[in-house]
Amino acid sequence: MNRSVLYWRAASFAVAAGFVALWQLIADQRLVSPVFLPGPDRAWASLVRGFASGDLLDKLLGTLEHMAYGWFVASIAGIALGAMIGSSRTMRSYVAPSLEFLRPLPVSAVIPVAIAMFGLTQSMALFVIAFGAIWPMLLATIHGFAAVEPRLYEVARSLHMSRLAIIFKIALPSASPDILAGMRLSVTVALILSVVCEILAGLDGLGHWVLLSARSFRSADLFAGVILLGVIGYLTALAMSMVERRLLKWRSSGH
Amino acid sequence: MIPERIKALLLPITILAILEIWARAVHLQSDSLAPPSAIAAALVEAFQDGSMLTATRDTLISAFAGLSIGGAVGLAFGIALGIFHIFDRLMEVTIEAIRPIPSIALLPIALIALGFGYRMEIVIVAFACVWPILILTRAAVGGIEPRLMEVSRALRLSPTDRVRKIIIPAALPRIFLAFRLAAGIALIVAVTVEIAINPIGLGAAIMTAQQALRPDLMLAYLFWIGLIGYFLNTGLMVAQRHLFGRAALVGDSA
Repeated sequence: MNRSVLYWRAASFAVAAGFVALWQLIADQRLVSPVFLPGPDRAWASLVRGFASGDLLDKLLGTLEHMAYGWFVASIAGIALGAMIGSSRTMRSYVAPSLEFLRPLPVSAVIPVAIAMFGLTQSMALFVIAFGAIWPMLLATIHGFAAVEPRLYEVARSLHMSRLAIIFKIALPSASPDILAGMRLSVTVALILSVVCEILAGLDGLGHWVLLSARSFRSADLFAGVILLGVIGYLTALAMSMVERRLLKWRSSGH
Repeated sequence: MIPERIKALLLPITILAILEIWARAVHLQSDSLAPPSAIAAALVEAFQDGSMLTATRDTLISAFAGLSIGGAVGLAFGIALGIFHIFDRLMEVTIEAIRPIPSIALLPIALIALGFGYRMEIVIVAFACVWPILILTRAAVGGIEPRLMEVSRALRLSPTDRVRKIIIPAALPRIFLAFRLAAGIALIVAVTVEIAINPIGLGAAIMTAQQALRPDLMLAYLFWIGLIGYFLNTGLMVAQRHLFGRAALVGDSA
């Protein structure tokens, strides 16, 4: 069984390699102008060159920094606000409908407002990323808190637990699957908004890098940047699902 | 007891009232805020001179064109991957390598290849819409009751008939859910592309309002974009419930 999984995985990699070879062939035959489509060899060379000179690493760290700060602020604020709103029925009925109305709002539409308030600065990016990334976590926390088994609350009441103790000992653990799912979603949102903010405000990062490369028609550098963004997207999603599996182990171990 | 509907409206109304009173009390002069009455006036004005409608049309055209193209591609691949497990396993690495690329990262590539305008926006929206539809369709087709497939084999249905008569009807509720999610993504990506770079549609209009130091108009656009997002989502949700009843709710937890 395990061996066949391995074989399939190898075959799958071979297919992917085939696509890269096809890409190389198209680029070599100049079926598409090299201005738009560099071969994988040139993109790879540009990646190596960028990392050797430290340029690309700086941009990569810049993007990661924007993402991480915004996501971190959003996580803290989202879970705290969500806990506050979710743990009280009254708050839920007054606040939750407004939040549901705001949820489908395309988050990038607040960028102009943020620019008007903060100018083209790091704080603008932080605000936009945090504002965008907060929704999945906020709504997931509220939902998770609302869905706590009511008997657990009854137990807590009969034990005379304080509201804080109820939140930390009962509601948060029971809502953790929802919260972690929200956190995973918002990592993706944070990455996208980081790139948009870097493009708009010229902040140091991969978004700015790909835009500058495009403006000067350095397509190899452009593809190197896009590949790196894909790698960030892949690795952050992978890391989140690993954390999720780790933290939620207790659930699958059964009652 | 206050009815739930009124409770829901209380918070936004209070905030709007406080904003209005505060803005009048301090004779607000700001580049980023405006009293709600001025925002409402700007909204009406933008509708009257037609700029709002043109911008809305441009954004929706790009979003829906991208959604249709991306949806068609995602649907075709999703069904193929759901039916042929060999194909699914072989494509796994390729798909997992391309999928995590943030759609907005393609913006510079689309820009140099296609220039400004509808086409580059549609391509980016389509790219973003392919993935949720592909993944959910694949799961929906893979989750079809195996006996249905046995029936189709026993009836010797041709491959086209099998897709048309068995697979699509059986997977339709979850495919519709995928389209609902993708429609939201399409609108988000379209507005984002316009804000970042493309000089058409609502995103460009809201940026222009900001640069013209018209906070009232900017916030009016923001409100309108929010309203479109809200009605798109609610409309599709109502349609989903109406078309598929309880079956539609099953997919939501997936």
